[in-house]
Amino acid sequence: MPSPKRIGKIKFGLLSPKEIRTMSVRKIIWADTYDDDGFPYPQGLMDLALGVIDPGLRCKTCDQKAADCPGHFGHIELAKPVIHVGYTRLIRKLLRVTCRACGRLLLSPDEIQKVSITAEDEFGGDVLTEKDIKKERACPHCGELQLKVNFEKPTTFSEVLLEDGKKIEHKLTPADIRARLERIPDSDLRLLGINPDVARPEWTILTVLPVPPVTMRPSIILENGQRSEDDLTHKLVDIIRINQRFKENQDAGAPQLIIEDLWELLQYHVTTYLDNEVAGCPPARHRSGRPLKTLSQRLKGKDGRFRGSLSGKRVNFSARTVISPNPNLSVTEVGVPLSIAIEMTVPIRVTAHNIEEMRELVLRGPERKSLKVPCGANYVIRPDNRRLRLGGDNLETIAEQIEPGYTVERQLRDGDIVLFNRQPSLHRMSIMAHRIKVMDGKTFRLNPAVCPPYNADFDGDEMNLHVPQTEEARAEAAILIAVQENILSPRFGGPIIGGIHDHISGIFMLTHDLRWFTKSEILYLLKYFEFEHLPEPGKVEEDGTPFWSNKQVFSIILPTGLNMVFRASSCVNCDECKDEGCERDAFVRIIDGQLQTGTIDKKSIGAFDGAILNRIIRQYGMERASHFIDDMTRLSIRGIMIDGFSFGIDDEDLSRTEYGQIEDELSKAEDDVDRRIRIFQEGQLEPMPGRTPEETLEMQIMQVLGKARDRTGEIAGRHLGLGNSAVLMAVSGARGSMLNLTQMAGCIGQQSVRGERIMRGYEERTLPHYRRGDRGADAHGFIKHSYKGGLSPTEFFFHAIGGREGLVDTAVRTSQSGYLQRRLINALQDLKVEYDGTVRTTMGRIIQYQYGEDGTDPMKGAFGDPVDVKGIVESILKVEV
Amino acid sequence: MVPDHQVMSEDEVKTLLARYSITFEQLPKIYHDDAAVKQINGKVGDVIQIVRQSQTAGIAEAYRLVIRRPKK
Ligand SMILES: [Mg+2]
Ligand SMILES: [Zn+2]
Ligand SMILES: [Zn+2]
Ligand SMILES: [Zn+2]
Repeated sequence: MPSPKRIGKIKFGLLSPKEIRTMSVRKIIWADTYDDDGFPYPQGLMDLALGVIDPGLRCKTCDQKAADCPGHFGHIELAKPVIHVGYTRLIRKLLRVTCRACGRLLLSPDEIQKVSITAEDEFGGDVLTEKDIKKERACPHCGELQLKVNFEKPTTFSEVLLEDGKKIEHKLTPADIRARLERIPDSDLRLLGINPDVARPEWTILTVLPVPPVTMRPSIILENGQRSEDDLTHKLVDIIRINQRFKENQDAGAPQLIIEDLWELLQYHVTTYLDNEVAGCPPARHRSGRPLKTLSQRLKGKDGRFRGSLSGKRVNFSARTVISPNPNLSVTEVGVPLSIAIEMTVPIRVTAHNIEEMRELVLRGPERKSLKVPCGANYVIRPDNRRLRLGGDNLETIAEQIEPGYTVERQLRDGDIVLFNRQPSLHRMSIMAHRIKVMDGKTFRLNPAVCPPYNADFDGDEMNLHVPQTEEARAEAAILIAVQENILSPRFGGPIIGGIHDHISGIFMLTHDLRWFTKSEILYLLKYFEFEHLPEPGKVEEDGTPFWSNKQVFSIILPTGLNMVFRASSCVNCDECKDEGCERDAFVRIIDGQLQTGTIDKKSIGAFDGAILNRIIRQYGMERASHFIDDMTRLSIRGIMIDGFSFGIDDEDLSRTEYGQIEDELSKAEDDVDRRIRIFQEGQLEPMPGRTPEETLEMQIMQVLGKARDRTGEIAGRHLGLGNSAVLMAVSGARGSMLNLTQMAGCIGQQSVRGERIMRGYEERTLPHYRRGDRGADAHGFIKHSYKGGLSPTEFFFHAIGGREGLVDTAVRTSQSGYLQRRLINALQDLKVEYDGTVRTTMGRIIQYQYGEDGTDPMKGAFGDPVDVKGIVESILKVEV
Repeated sequence: MVPDHQVMSEDEVKTLLARYSITFEQLPKIYHDDAAVKQINGKVGDVIQIVRQSQTAGIAEAYRLVIRRPKK
């Protein structure tokens, strides 16, 4: 392999008219493409000297056939020069810094000395700018009076004359501009950071236009036999037509007005040919109304040459479909529909050891009628790289034929490793390696516990799947990218895979307080688990029937020797913790793999928290941890199915007493607000430090109303206990919060825009329903009803205002963070931690002398600390420290 | 607030480059008109040692080559 070379410098230049003519193989004068027989016109846009695209024809320039001819440039002689849109800024600058008569830089030698010290500065670049030229009216070299140069997008330049005290704009034609640019001496250009050897400024005004080879604008033949030309060809046709007409009019001595019109039209066509999205220029359109894709559009943007064709491309051996959940799959597995498994293949080299197996695969061929049928093969590749498609009658012959050295492309089967991905791929866990399981149906199936790293849900999300094609790729997938290797997030060093939603509700319902199960119940819960004996029953009734506690059931999936002490999500941080005596059963104590007290919830097994999961990873490794996740998801789903779990509209109902209390609470708050407003209006309000009385009043009102809302929540919460699904979900951390419940059953509360009460609308009021200057709660977006109770029309309107702000915020945030992410990735993508611990670029330049300054892998640490001292001590002492 | 900046001696620089087996060009850069560089009178081509308090490592050392700030 050649050693990497260092780029010393990059030189940018312009194509001179001479160069354009030299590289051209043909002068193009006809706008027509093909004659009636479908043969290219000589000197037309599809001239055979420009390269060939039709099979069978030979290129007139290089005499090669369609596939081998690279294509060759032609050229068009323009009737009059036109401006190249890409260089209008440069042209404007040059017109403003040079003399309109002699073309010299508008600076005396002394001034040049002052502004640019070293012309041959190492950093070169734009030494002189427009700002360095004072608004000087006379040229220091010839004394000519200078005029202001105006530029109007896209390509109009004009000089401003002062006549009789009036300003008159005098348009500069491209020819005028070209003449002026020609006069600028080479030495002055160097001061402007332009190398005149490769970029004379007059070359930015086109006198001759290169015609790109036909190979980059091939015509396609439609189904009805008609030819359809490329957008570029269409544009070139326009240019040649106008050019032709222009020439004829010019030769016939047409009036100046017509010439000017034609000139402008030619300029328009050349401009849109180069860039069809210039500001101030209506885009050229196809007959259908679709804007044409011209040169600039081929390069720019997401689907352009750089981002669309070079940085990223479409790939083979990939599949995409909708995803759906299956808690019975392991997190390390992915369910693949049979129809995809049949289509996708893994290449296997035939050796002396596997030749019999390969023969069987070939004999089975591409057909696979059901899941029970073992996989077959789709292709056989001979040692000379010929591909043989298997199918129909050739199975036996090819099976006979194969011998070591052949490659068989085998269909996917259970256990094959694949890469699974969901866009946007924002972190490395967005692509993980799973083992496949061929299944019925048409969707990819995955364990809901792997949703958090992919940020997936099942409301129609689609995901991609890639099949690695080499041993190296498969090894890499299994060792580095596998799901179990990515349970810990490098972002915060904790588990990112874990229970969600029903897993948490289920495990909470299963493990909360003490429950006793009969043998048949415990076997229902545990029937899918691998264990040898049931534990000793925790309790035996007098009649001899054994019972097992819910904590014993959960302990079965814990590894032996696990010791942990912590507080669950449901802990409310009482002033003095009652430890084991906690009435909420929130004190979790696990001794030697036995759950003694406490409820398992989000804190223990949830994604992003997963305290138990985290400990298992550190103590028993990734493999055990992924087993634990599988067991936990299955157990929790069975746990939730014992009682069943649902949420309905009547779960938000309260009794008459609570409604009365809520009413009282809210009217008390409104009275309080009115009282404060009165105090304010009487001028008695004591302003808070650094605030106006108005601001103080606003803050007080917000505070009073906020408190009232919270109090309604408390009233509702008193009525709705853990028997309520919403409360259970909020307490266990599965979904939602007590605030959500407050708003559903109690009171929605204050709507706000930018953290303040709603103030906008009409003069001194938000809606015509209120008096001017009304500062009351309801006039500024306080919603006293609940979602269940229903909103009044004004409340509904305020709610929509508040809701809109949230939507705008998220929309803006996602687009901004997406762009930031792109920039960061582009800047950081090649950085690498070397074996000496330094972070370096590919050129070996040092970015950090120690990765993260301490050389610590966040995944090996404990939530930011290098060692989890507290956890280790607790697990040995078996008490909370 | 400002971490400690020191101009390194020629020998120190030599050992530094040897330690990481790098050339001058591969060092991180700092502009000649950086306030901290001006304060210790660093010149273009000097290597500056920066010792700063680190949230993760306690104390972290870094080294930067002084270069001219390009115009504009
Ligand atoms: Mg979705
Ligand atoms: Zn050719
Ligand atoms: Zn002059
Ligand atoms: Zn407690």
